[in-house]
Amino acid sequence: MNPKDLATYAKNTWCPGCGNFSILSAIRTVLAEMDGEGIPIENVVLVAGIGCHAKIVDYMNVNSFYSIHGRTLPVATAIKLANPDLKVICFSGDGDSLAEGLDHLVFAAKRNIDLTLILHDNRVYGLTTGQYTPTSPQGFKGKSTPRGSAELPMNPLELMLVSGATYIARGYTHGLDLLQKLFREAILHKGFSFVDVLQVCVSYFNLYETYNKRTYEVKGNDTGSFEDAMKTIRSWNYDGGETPIPLGKFYQVDLPRFDQVFPGYEQKAVDRDAKISEILENFI
Amino acid sequence: MENFSTLIGGIAGDGINEAGVTVGRLFSRLGYHIYMYYDYPSLIRGGHNFSLVRASSHKIGTHIDQVDVLIALNQETLEKHKGRLKDSSFVIYDMDKVKAEGQKQKGCGLPVSQILKEEGALPIMRNTCILGGFCKVVGIEWAILEDVLRKHIPKKLEQNLQVARRGYDSAVEFCRVNKLDMSALPIMTGNQAIGLGLIKAGLGAYVAYPMTPSSSLLDFMARSAPDFGLKVVHPENEIAVMLMAQGFAYAGIKAAVGTSGGGFCLMTEGLSLAGMAEMPVVILMGQRTGPSTGLPTYTAQGDLHFILNAGQGEFPRFVVSPGDAEDAYYWAGVALNMAWKYQVPAFILSDKSVSEGQYSFDMAAAGDPREESSLLWKGQGKYNRYQYTDTGVSPLAFPPKKGQVIKADSYAHDEYGITAEEPKITKDMNDKRLLKESSMAKDLEEYETVKVSGQGKTALLFWGSNKGVCCETAEKLGLKTVQVLVLSPFPVKKLKKALEGVEKVIAVECNSTAQLARLAGFFGFKIQDRILKYDGRPFSLNDLEAEVGRVLA
Repeated sequence: MNPKDLATYAKNTWCPGCGNFSILSAIRTVLAEMDGEGIPIENVVLVAGIGCHAKIVDYMNVNSFYSIHGRTLPVATAIKLANPDLKVICFSGDGDSLAEGLDHLVFAAKRNIDLTLILHDNRVYGLTTGQYTPTSPQGFKGKSTPRGSAELPMNPLELMLVSGATYIARGYTHGLDLLQKLFREAILHKGFSFVDVLQVCVSYFNLYETYNKRTYEVKGNDTGSFEDAMKTIRSWNYDGGETPIPLGKFYQVDLPRFDQVFPGYEQKAVDRDAKISEILENFI
Repeated sequence: MENFSTLIGGIAGDGINEAGVTVGRLFSRLGYHIYMYYDYPSLIRGGHNFSLVRASSHKIGTHIDQVDVLIALNQETLEKHKGRLKDSSFVIYDMDKVKAEGQKQKGCGLPVSQILKEEGALPIMRNTCILGGFCKVVGIEWAILEDVLRKHIPKKLEQNLQVARRGYDSAVEFCRVNKLDMSALPIMTGNQAIGLGLIKAGLGAYVAYPMTPSSSLLDFMARSAPDFGLKVVHPENEIAVMLMAQGFAYAGIKAAVGTSGGGFCLMTEGLSLAGMAEMPVVILMGQRTGPSTGLPTYTAQGDLHFILNAGQGEFPRFVVSPGDAEDAYYWAGVALNMAWKYQVPAFILSDKSVSEGQYSFDMAAAGDPREESSLLWKGQGKYNRYQYTDTGVSPLAFPPKKGQVIKADSYAHDEYGITAEEPKITKDMNDKRLLKESSMAKDLEEYETVKVSGQGKTALLFWGSNKGVCCETAEKLGLKTVQVLVLSPFPVKKLKKALEGVEKVIAVECNSTAQLARLAGFFGFKIQDRILKYDGRPFSLNDLEAEVGRVLA
């Protein structure tokens, strides 16, 4: 399959230079490759929230559920429980998953359900034209915080690590090879996988220069070690300083998953009438 | 009409609910119809709980104020319910806890604490002991009680039997309840009936976050899951609940959710998504006294207009309000069928009275909520999730479908399911969704969406849990009753027919603003009088008789 086969007729409305184009290109490439490797494209379901990130499902000719703001994971969880053969991939934004839908994110990690969440982390609300988000640096001058945001940013990877996610990585939209590698690993990972993608919003928070200067790919880290992962993850806290920003896979472990433990009894062809009569008999 | 009322009261933790159900089962075995009202405050231990069990030779769905036998496990029960005693009533009490001197009614104190001590039994067995005494008092043979206990006591059966036997032997016979010629019917709550009706009609998943009075359905579904291959999920909050139901629907699994007002508030954004994305979902909405936390364990019918209007934008919905366990069983199944035939949210609008009240259940009278087939894609050409059709209903397909793409969308979208903001598509898709409402309304003409009984120029108009009390009051006073079962799409034609020749319509509701009367008024119906109760407690037969008497005077 050619990645181009996964395009739709929808007109792309992202701004020129938007980091989302790289994510789109990477995911098309990865899914097209996987189609030939035993993960047929019809078994893939994409779930998106609301925001610039979410338009990606309109641009992918793949099964999708274009959900509402912050609500990718509950939909995805049920799709996975309904049919464990499906590969369910969520696309979400930093406002989407870290503000509006944070409860679902923590629980998805806690359950270690076999889903992938790709976070289009542009650290600003784009579609609502420029407000601070949970990952904006302190002092960010957005439309809702004209004198600078008062809050410290949240480190989503740290949160994912302590919440129970079993695959944690960070990519950057300049660097397609790494992005594709991380997407592929995350999708193939058995358990809850989380990829934070530094995705630049050219219109409201252009960080290309900063990222180009400060990002580096981690090498030789022990991805099976919680402590090692925590150290790498905490080495950059989404602040606006000069700290180097690590990219790559930080953590991957194999642990029991919700979709294995959940008593998702098969909807057997049970004789419902007989069972109902049995229950009624017990109510006498 | 043979009637016998029993009240058993004590503190939370005494097992008052279960004791009430046991009394019900005893009378069931004597051939009676049962209705039980269970009253409890919002706490786990202490407080005052009571079960009011009424047995009758006729089908009933309400309680009466007076009791024939009062069973007091503590002093408070006797003090609180003295007013319910007739001269001919009988009081059974734990003589170690209750002082009953000066009581003009006959009574019998049982040495419950002493018996428990001698038998080395747990405090929870007090109710078994006193029920033993109750059987002797009302002339129920020991063998019947033994049968009930053997069937329903899971733990320490022999000790329970021994304790009950000693209670039985310590009491005196006061009367002998007549045995009737009817075989024993099962007794169940409205929630259990809803669960079974949904299962009967093909439910595959139940998702809920606990909230009174819906929690008992979550418990029932979780227990029943292995028997029926159900997927039962209790996620982080009601927002997730509503979204998960739609994930299941997208993947082809019929799902239902359950909650009460506050939880439903959180579900409304997801409800609107179901309207736009055309995801079938069934919602049990068990009303309780509001606003806000209100009275968590008491009843109300205050959320009708909320349910009819919840969610931004305009989209069709099915709303049914069952009046007892038989209605609940049948209409829960119909709700699931309507959700899937028309790809809409379908509400079962219950309340604490129906959800947690215990009713005798006659399957034959309830009707059969058989699973109906949904419109499925036939596999020809290119699949369009939101294809325009004559009924507004687009054929369903579920992933994986080789060579096809299945797209659901919360945005305005085209037939394929890709976001579209053009005015024509926006309008056409809106019309398509509304078309489903008229298709559904047409389909519902085949159903008894308005139920009429009796005749006359005066009618009681009601919905939901007031069925039992209205039907019995009307029968006594020779009035017509009109029960509106389906509230959306509103059955205008059927209601018009039901009210033909009626000169005085009295709406009976458990809210303060007559919500059904207002709704009917919107469709041009004139409602002359309103009888409203909004103190958290359901009408008793005496309450309503007195109120109707006042209105008709």
